[in-house]
Amino acid sequence: MSAALYATSTNEHTDEHYLAMDLLRFTTAGSVDDGKSTLIGRLLYDSKAIFEDTLENLERVTEQRGEETLNLALLTDGLRAEREQGITIDVAYRYFATPKRKFIIADTPGHIQYTRNMVTGASTANLAIILIDARKGVIEQTCRHSFIASLIGIPHVIVAVNKMDLVDFSEARFQEIVAQYSEFASRLNIPDIKFIPISALHGDNVVENSARMPWYQGGALLYTLETVYIGSDLNHIDPRFPVQTVIRPNNDAHHDFRGFAGRVAGGVFKPGDEIISLPSGLPAVIKSIHGPEGELAEAFAPMSVAITLDREIDSSRGDLFAKPHNQPVVTQDIEAMVCWFSPIKLNPAGKYILRHATRETKCAVKAVRYKVNINTLHKNTEDLTIGMNDIGRIHVRTAVPLMIDPYKRNRTTGSFIIIDEFTNATVGAGMIMWPDGSDRPQSEQFADMGGL
Amino acid sequence: MSSYNLTHLAQLEHEAIFVLREVAAQFERPALLFSGGKDSIVMARLAQKAFAPAKLPFPLVHVDTGHNFSEAIEYRDWFAEDVGARLIVRYVADSIKAGRCQEEKGLNPSRNGLQTVTLLDTIEEFKFDACLGGARRDEEKARAKERFFSHRDEFGQWDPKNQRPELWNLFNGRKNQGEHFRVFPLSNWTEMDVWQYIAREKLKIPSIYFSHQRRVVNRNGVLLAESPFITLLDGEHYEERTVRYRTVGDSTCTGAVESPASTMAEIIQEVASARVTERGTRADDKRSESSMEDRKKAGYF
Repeated sequence: MSAALYATSTNEHTDEHYLAMDLLRFTTAGSVDDGKSTLIGRLLYDSKAIFEDTLENLERVTEQRGEETLNLALLTDGLRAEREQGITIDVAYRYFATPKRKFIIADTPGHIQYTRNMVTGASTANLAIILIDARKGVIEQTCRHSFIASLIGIPHVIVAVNKMDLVDFSEARFQEIVAQYSEFASRLNIPDIKFIPISALHGDNVVENSARMPWYQGGALLYTLETVYIGSDLNHIDPRFPVQTVIRPNNDAHHDFRGFAGRVAGGVFKPGDEIISLPSGLPAVIKSIHGPEGELAEAFAPMSVAITLDREIDSSRGDLFAKPHNQPVVTQDIEAMVCWFSPIKLNPAGKYILRHATRETKCAVKAVRYKVNINTLHKNTEDLTIGMNDIGRIHVRTAVPLMIDPYKRNRTTGSFIIIDEFTNATVGAGMIMWPDGSDRPQSEQFADMGGL
Repeated sequence: MSSYNLTHLAQLEHEAIFVLREVAAQFERPALLFSGGKDSIVMARLAQKAFAPAKLPFPLVHVDTGHNFSEAIEYRDWFAEDVGARLIVRYVADSIKAGRCQEEKGLNPSRNGLQTVTLLDTIEEFKFDACLGGARRDEEKARAKERFFSHRDEFGQWDPKNQRPELWNLFNGRKNQGEHFRVFPLSNWTEMDVWQYIAREKLKIPSIYFSHQRRVVNRNGVLLAESPFITLLDGEHYEERTVRYRTVGDSTCTGAVESPASTMAEIIQEVASARVTERGTRADDKRSESSMEDRKKAGYF
């Protein structure tokens, strides 16, 4: 569909600038020590996203706690337990906007025991900011954060080398860290990595380019966030439409309307296109597509639409529309990387509920292939227990077929969650690998696992 | 640039519609909490779009404290009729009469916290298994930690430290008998997004959002409207000011802001340059650092 339908408003009251803005979701992983909270605080403050009463409240609380400098971490640590313990427990979402873009920050804790929160925050992100303390260089935590970014398939990473003021704004030190990180990152699968030397505390290269680092020719952090190209992050090649629900108005005016509602997960759908409903394999032709603002000439990810067909076919929630010449794999056997969320270890003999796209099914873990040491990227085939915050490769067998793509190809049809059938808790997150994973060239297997 | 781009407002719209449809698909008896405030108006509009050309597949539910602004109540009734939705109203006064809860004592009595009792009773009465709310994460720091699908135990309580992780767009609405979910389709919207959407969709909103003359009393920096539910303290007096409301809750705890903004464009301009959060006008949030978290844990919206 044409962008104009969305960007143009006939309402004299709306600001055209605002309506032309796009959306970047990014994640920041790190601890207070890295200056993460200071950096977020600065981005929020400089973009005027922190309001006066919030700031006054912050000053009041800081004073009550007997702390001397304004504690910007209190902005993100919203829960009582977090403020008491001075740590971030959960993912917090923050919002700010510049005239160019609106931003959603998923602020996640950086310690190893919160790997699951990092994975959660990263799952919807286009970009990750990885903070490195210029004095310390690349440390274990940097490797862990980068591995997770790679595993979750975040297409863009900004490595912010912070505290440059403490190394005399030294270009040599910066280049040393760039080389160190680049060597490590060559084992990962991150398509776009940018390095920026900053001082979050003093604001160098955060919003404006710093006069104290004239040797740095690139853009400041905010400029980079505003301009990084995210138009090709979603899959617009392979047509995938998981059916969410069927809309059938029981009234005279729309007696025959039968709309398959859902969110496009990939590719482009147009009226007149031949589709195939999976897993049944029944064909049909698209009659019309209905979006929030009326009928559409085309629909693409991540649009929520309702599709009507030229004939009655038996299709409902959990099914998936693709095109005859471009279909996902339909299978009950899945190879995947899994991140475990529950304090109760993965039970290799246990049955779980698996939710993939709009389909829910029982499943059994047939094998744990290996566990990953997320600090060293070492594959452990001896100890195969998967506990909380562990990442490993598993083979899952499902009760009904799923329509899957490799996660690398499609983040929607390539991902699933595992649910404990007794507690109903979400206990694991899975990223699907190529179905013939074991037969693929070594290099591609590496890439599938986030570069292991 | 590729042509397959959506503006951020369109992305938020598509996301909210996805969440609303997910609620209709995953739950048996959902309800949409509708107060006549701007957030619930936007949410109801999105719900209309999500199920068009069918009608809303769930009723609108309002917990009436008896302290609401009459403009919001009028709007609520008009809206329900306009969209042809079933409207269920339950009254805090009835909960008090039935001995389910007691009127607050002290200087600044508010029925804000009492709504929780009536709401939970209403959920039980109709066996609702999911309640759609218009809360946004940018409103308040406890809400910043809220999930789209927020699980409540059989007592309606929120356990913030034990929330289900939410990955990608996979929402886990599984629950045991007697438990329910609160679902927040506008989680990622900001105050500005809500106003821009109201403008884009040309939605009607209650008149108190626009500038008007009103007699108010200044109590701890909050401008409270004249009403039979407020007792003036020594030295306090009502005076007429030019005000409007940024958020619409109970008249006893929602303050007005002095503002000449009488058109949508002026409101958007004002929001863009505002330096105080909208909840800065809410006396209920000023009670302590964790007011919202405590109320949410007990089952508040």
